[in-house]
Amino acid sequence: MNRLNDGERGIFRRFQAGYGAIGLLVSGALAAVLLLTVSYLPGFGQADRPTENEVSQRYIAKGLEETGATNVVAAVILDYRAFDTLGESAVLFAALAAVILLLREEPAALARRMAERKPFEPDQGPILRITARVLIPWLLLFGAYLVLNGHLSPGGGFSGGAVTGAAMILHNLAFGPEQTRRFLSERIFFRLLVGALCFYGLAKGYVFFTGGNHLPGSIPLGQAGSIFSGGLIGPLNIAVGIVTACAVYGIFALFDRGGW
Amino acid sequence: MGENLLRNYLEAGAVVIFSVGFSTLLLQSNLIKKIIGFNIMDTAVFLFLAAKGYIAGRRAPILTGPGGDPAQYINPIPSALVLTGIVISVSVTAFALALALRLYERYGSLDLNEILLSREGEKT
Repeated sequence: MNRLNDGERGIFRRFQAGYGAIGLLVSGALAAVLLLTVSYLPGFGQADRPTENEVSQRYIAKGLEETGATNVVAAVILDYRAFDTLGESAVLFAALAAVILLLREEPAALARRMAERKPFEPDQGPILRITARVLIPWLLLFGAYLVLNGHLSPGGGFSGGAVTGAAMILHNLAFGPEQTRRFLSERIFFRLLVGALCFYGLAKGYVFFTGGNHLPGSIPLGQAGSIFSGGLIGPLNIAVGIVTACAVYGIFALFDRGGW
Repeated sequence: MGENLLRNYLEAGAVVIFSVGFSTLLLQSNLIKKIIGFNIMDTAVFLFLAAKGYIAGRRAPILTGPGGDPAQYINPIPSALVLTGIVISVSVTAFALALALRLYERYGSLDLNEILLSREGEKT
């Protein structure tokens, strides 16, 4: 602000006032147009609307026998549209890579930063530590349940991975990064992340290759409703869960201190 | 004006929340508030999609036996789309926050106007 002369400052003020007014106008117009559109949409909860077409009916009618998963949403995202989910995991990975590019510190700078921080952040107190000690096993158990049961009940790799990642963040906050590094060092972290993504790509590539060439894919679908069913959906859920947990924890660690 | 505005109260609410997020994105000059506005827009889209997938009196699409009857379950596709959207929203938010952090380290401010003005100053 100080670098501008009086004339420039006046232009800037007028621009800001105009920008605010036009911005309000545009937002109001957008709200009006969207509300008008909503008033023409088919009614809420109505069964006979154009989105209830043969696609969703087919997913529900044939989903169980074609994929072996009782959770139709899991069948859609990890079988019928598994390529989308691979892209989605890749977007998560790309976001993590971008955050690493922007925030990663060199190991020496990281050590210096941690040494500087130590006196201001003493061990985080008994309340957090005891709560974390009670809570973390249950969080990990719940995350594993969501991931492993994803093809049978609501849940799946993304939600279970987010819960597991939250447990690791809590561990990190309560006991400090040194303790978390004992079981999740940078090396293990990247091996897990890249290994899970590669496994997803290879497994799904196998299915696409055999399916696209009309070869018999030899992955049994299993007894519907049991834990070992759904063909590849269970293993893919685990891979997605690992990617999500690693990305959530990695983004936290990078924002917290710029490294592992 | 159609006749379904009051019946579609969830969609109408989602649209209003979307506009609130959009105006936050446009009018706030603080970058963190812009990112918050972006997240509000995301949330509104999820609410809209979830409302669009619902069908009154039907159950969640967890089948109990082979050959499910499509007349008994809600539409599973919007649920799958919301799942995709949440992940993308988390990714974009993390990326935007990292960029904001870098900008703050570079210019000492999160206010977009101040950042723009200090860049103008550098050129001259």
